[in-house]
Amino acid sequence: MEPLVNWIALLATIVMLAGAVAVLLLDNYLAAVAATTVVSLGAAVIYVILRAPDVALTEAAVGAGLSGVIMALALRRLGLWHINTAGSTADTPDDDTEASR
Amino acid sequence: MTPPDLGIILYTAAFALAGIGILGIVISTHLVRIVLSIVLLETGANLLLMLSGFRFDAVAPVIVDGNLPASMVDPVPQALVLTAIVIGVAVQAFMMTLVLRLRRVYGTLDIRELRELLERDLAHEAGIRLPSSEDAPVPSDGSPAVAREGGA
Amino acid sequence: MRNALSLLFVAGLAFLLFVIAAELDFGAAPMLVGEGINQASPGQVGAANIVTSVVLGYRAVDTLGELAILFAAATAGGLMLGRPRADARHDPEAGFILLAAADLLFPLLLVVGLFIIVHGHLTPGGGFQGGVILAAAFFLPLLARPGTHFNHAGFAVVEGLAGAAFIVIGLLGLARGGEFLMPLLGRGEMGSLLSAGSLPLLYIAVGLKVGTELAGLMAHIAEYEAVDR
Repeated sequence: MEPLVNWIALLATIVMLAGAVAVLLLDNYLAAVAATTVVSLGAAVIYVILRAPDVALTEAAVGAGLSGVIMALALRRLGLWHINTAGSTADTPDDDTEASR
Repeated sequence: MTPPDLGIILYTAAFALAGIGILGIVISTHLVRIVLSIVLLETGANLLLMLSGFRFDAVAPVIVDGNLPASMVDPVPQALVLTAIVIGVAVQAFMMTLVLRLRRVYGTLDIRELRELLERDLAHEAGIRLPSSEDAPVPSDGSPAVAREGGA
Repeated sequence: MRNALSLLFVAGLAFLLFVIAAELDFGAAPMLVGEGINQASPGQVGAANIVTSVVLGYRAVDTLGELAILFAAATAGGLMLGRPRADARHDPEAGFILLAAADLLFPLLLVVGLFIIVHGHLTPGGGFQGGVILAAAFFLPLLARPGTHFNHAGFAVVEGLAGAAFIVIGLLGLARGGEFLMPLLGRGEMGSLLSAGSLPLLYIAVGLKVGTELAGLMAHIAEYEAVDR
C-alpha cells in the first residue's frame, strides 16, 4: 500500500486519541460531548482506510449525528448546558421559560 | 521517511481507545463522564473488530459494473460491526434516560454521593441496618434493630 | 493512589493485548467464511452490496436480534421518562436561522434517508444508515419548535407494523418450504433496483423501524422536563 495511506491513518489516529484524552480531561461537559464526536469522525476515516464504506457511513451518521444530539439534549435537560467552562457566571442567556441552570 | 507499519498504527488506535475508555470508567466520579467513557470503549471495540477482516490490496465488498473483483475484504465483520454501532447508540440513549431519572430523584450525579444515598434507600426498603461500626449507637428513630451483621 | 493503580492496570492490559496482537497477521486475514460468501453471494442472493447480503441473507437472524435490542432500549427509555405534564415548561421557539433551516432540511433529509434505505442492496447504505437519517429528519421539527405535539402513538404504530413486516416476510420464507428469512422473489438482474428478491423489502422495514424508534426516543428525552436547581 502506498505510504500516503499510512500517514493519513497516523493523522486520524492522533486526532482520535487526542479527542479521547480530551473527553477525560475537559471540565465542560458540552465540550466533552464534542470530543466524542471527534473520536467518532476519526474512527470513520479509519474505516474508509480499512475498505469498509458501509461501516464508515454508519459510524459517521451515528457518531457525529445522532449520538451527539442525544447527549447534548440530555445535558440540556440535566442543567449542565454551559457554553463557557462549568461554574462560570457568563453562561448562555437565560430565556424566560427555560429552567434555570 | 518511511511511515510506520499500518498494522501497528491501527492496533495502537484500537487498544488505546479501549484503554482510555476503561480508564475513564474507573477514574471518573461524574455519571455523565462515565457514560462518555462507555461510548469511547464501544468505539474502540468496534474498531478492533473491524481490524480482523482486512487484507492488503483488496477492495471493498461492493460489486461495481457487474464484474467480480479478484480479492475483497471480509464482509462478515463489517456486517456485525454495522449492527453493533446502531445498537450502541440505542444503549447510549437508554443510559442517558437512566442518568436523567437519577438526577431527578436524587439531585446529584456524583457517584460517591449516589452510592451513599442508594445504600441508605435500599437498607430502608429492606428493613435492615446499614453496615456500620460495632460501636455505633443503636438508632433511636424506630428503624428495625436486627442482627449486627445484617448489613446490605 | 486509585488513579495511579487504574493507570497501571490499563497499561498492563494494553501491553497484554499488544502481545496477543503481535501474533496475529494484520492484512492477511484467513477469511475462511468470508471468502466463501464473497464467491457465492452474487450467484445465490444477487445483491451488488455483499455486506447487505450478509446482513439480510446469511446472517438475517442476527439482524432480527438487533431489532429486538433496539425495541427493548427504546421502550425502556420511554417507560423511564414517562409523559410530560400538560402544563410543563419547555424551551422557547428557536431563532429564525434554525426555523428556516429546519423547514428546508426536513424534506431533504427525508429524501436522502429514503434513497439510502431503498438503494441499500446496490451501493453502501441500507436500513440502518437511512434509518438514522430518517430519525434526524423526524426529530428536527421538534428541535426547532419545542412544545409541538409529537405523535407518539402514530410513530409507535409505524414502528410496530415495520417490525411485524420483517417477521412476516421471514415467515413467508418458512411457509414456502424453505428456512426462516430465506430470500424470496428471485434474484433479478444485479445492479438494477429490483434485484436481490425480498432484500430491499426487508431493508425498508428495518429502516422505518430504526427511524421511528430513535425519533420517538429522542422526542421522549426532549419532552422531559428540565431539572430545577
